[in-house]
Amino acid sequence: MFDNAINPMIIFFASILTSNMILSNFLGMCSYISISGEYKTASGLGKSVTLVMLVTTLINYAVYHVIIVPFGLEYLQYIVFIMIIAASVQIIEMAMDRYLPDLHVKLGIFLPLITVNCAILGTTLFMVIRDYNLLQSAFFGFGSGLGWWLAISMLAAIREQMAKTKLPRGLAGPGIAFIITGIMAIAFIGFSGIFNIQ
Amino acid sequence: MAILTTVISISIISGALALISVIADAFLNNYGECEISINDGDKKLKVDGGSSLLSSLSSRKIYIPSACGGKATCGLCKLQVISGAGPLLPTEEPYLTEEEREQGYRLSCQIKVKTDLVIKIPDELFNIRAFETTVASITQLTHDIKGLKLTLPEGESIKFKAGQYVQLHTKPYAKVKESVFRAYSIASVPSEQTAVELIVRRVPDGVCTNFVHEALNEGDTVTISGPFGEFYLRGDCTELVMIAGGSGLAPIRSIILHVLEKELDLNIHFFFGAVTKKDLYYLDEMGELADKHENFHFVPALSAPEPSDEWEGETGLITEVVDRYVENADDKEAYLCGSPGMINACLNVLGKKGFKEDVIFFDKF
Repeated sequence: MFDNAINPMIIFFASILTSNMILSNFLGMCSYISISGEYKTASGLGKSVTLVMLVTTLINYAVYHVIIVPFGLEYLQYIVFIMIIAASVQIIEMAMDRYLPDLHVKLGIFLPLITVNCAILGTTLFMVIRDYNLLQSAFFGFGSGLGWWLAISMLAAIREQMAKTKLPRGLAGPGIAFIITGIMAIAFIGFSGIFNIQ
Repeated sequence: MAILTTVISISIISGALALISVIADAFLNNYGECEISINDGDKKLKVDGGSSLLSSLSSRKIYIPSACGGKATCGLCKLQVISGAGPLLPTEEPYLTEEEREQGYRLSCQIKVKTDLVIKIPDELFNIRAFETTVASITQLTHDIKGLKLTLPEGESIKFKAGQYVQLHTKPYAKVKESVFRAYSIASVPSEQTAVELIVRRVPDGVCTNFVHEALNEGDTVTISGPFGEFYLRGDCTELVMIAGGSGLAPIRSIILHVLEKELDLNIHFFFGAVTKKDLYYLDEMGELADKHENFHFVPALSAPEPSDEWEGETGLITEVVDRYVENADDKEAYLCGSPGMINACLNVLGKKGFKEDVIFFDKF
């Protein structure tokens, strides 16, 4: 069903443009909407998500192929993935806080916010469903993160520009963010002819 | 068999992850003991470093409002950090204005306690606490009003603004099986921090007032929490018009005692309304204060004195008396405490005299 020989580079670009975690899968919306008021903050969050997606996809790839498949525990994969994501994010955060305080100020403080981000679990699950190999998984995890970063940065940039715009009261805040996201998603359909991995 | 494998494998995996987390926490997140100094050293807490300021404070029973539970999405847990917090984090930026940043405001859920901290917590949050008090005395002030004096436990003190109230928590008594709480204004002066006086008028069928009037004895313990309330002395004027009815004397008394004790430059006209002489109390105390202080004028008034009262003071509704005494609203603030009917009538009169809404403060009960 899936072409396992897909070039990792195609997966990489597809996960940014045509299969964007936010704009085509609508995953990870909670932090996307609530932390997109300022470009700088949003961009920092995007970088953390990218890092976490890359790392957790690789760890989960290893766990899936070393533990879950050999022992026939596929039915437990969801719970195992969630636990591994939560634990590894916490440990990355603690280590960064201790040894790389400068980086922690820029990146690390977002980590607790995205421990339970659905885009991160989604990336892992897509990787399993689509049966990617190690290289494909790495590119997919990294690309999905960059795509999420791109989407939240765009939304934050637009919202920052709109900060002084007068809006109907009910639309201010999350309301207009959803509308902007919808328009961005429609715009991203324009990329769909280039390549498709779903 | 399948169930067994499931349980065992989940246990092994989660156990292993938990073990790794615990080891990582012990090595990476160990910042030793840190001291949090609150409000210029008013209180010093020793906590184990490594968790957020918000949770460190709440573990020591200082509760900062927070709606999102530490995810930096509500911005409610702001407080002033003087030193020890490190640079402003990007997660905090959206919630802090330029002015707040200059004053050192931070989101307490985002700051990790890693070193000693010096912080400031607004009085309203820091001072609100529960106290297990002892009833020192109960005085029968009138046929249906009792005065309570509650002493705080050794070493504890309550800081309140004159006019604020506390909540009195009842214990189950007679047929009432559950604990309720009701608000009572503090009648004593704020400088007295180790005890509070309350004035409780008996209300037919009132759960809490009957508890005080029937079940409470000297020496009993009773819980209060507070202080609360926006009814307190502002004092941006030269003259105070104070009107009280019934047990509404309590917060007014606290304000008067405070003004006189601190010798604030304020002229006070205090109108105390009741129906007959047996409803009046603290007459001697107020009379003495009026004799002693030139800036304090006390006007008790009865609306329907009995012939046996031999009343020589003002008569008539309190609104009529106020109408006669108060000429204008120039540089005056009005403080009202009493029943809703009395307050509404007084608001009317004061409005006609030219009092604006922002110089009239009242407590309805």
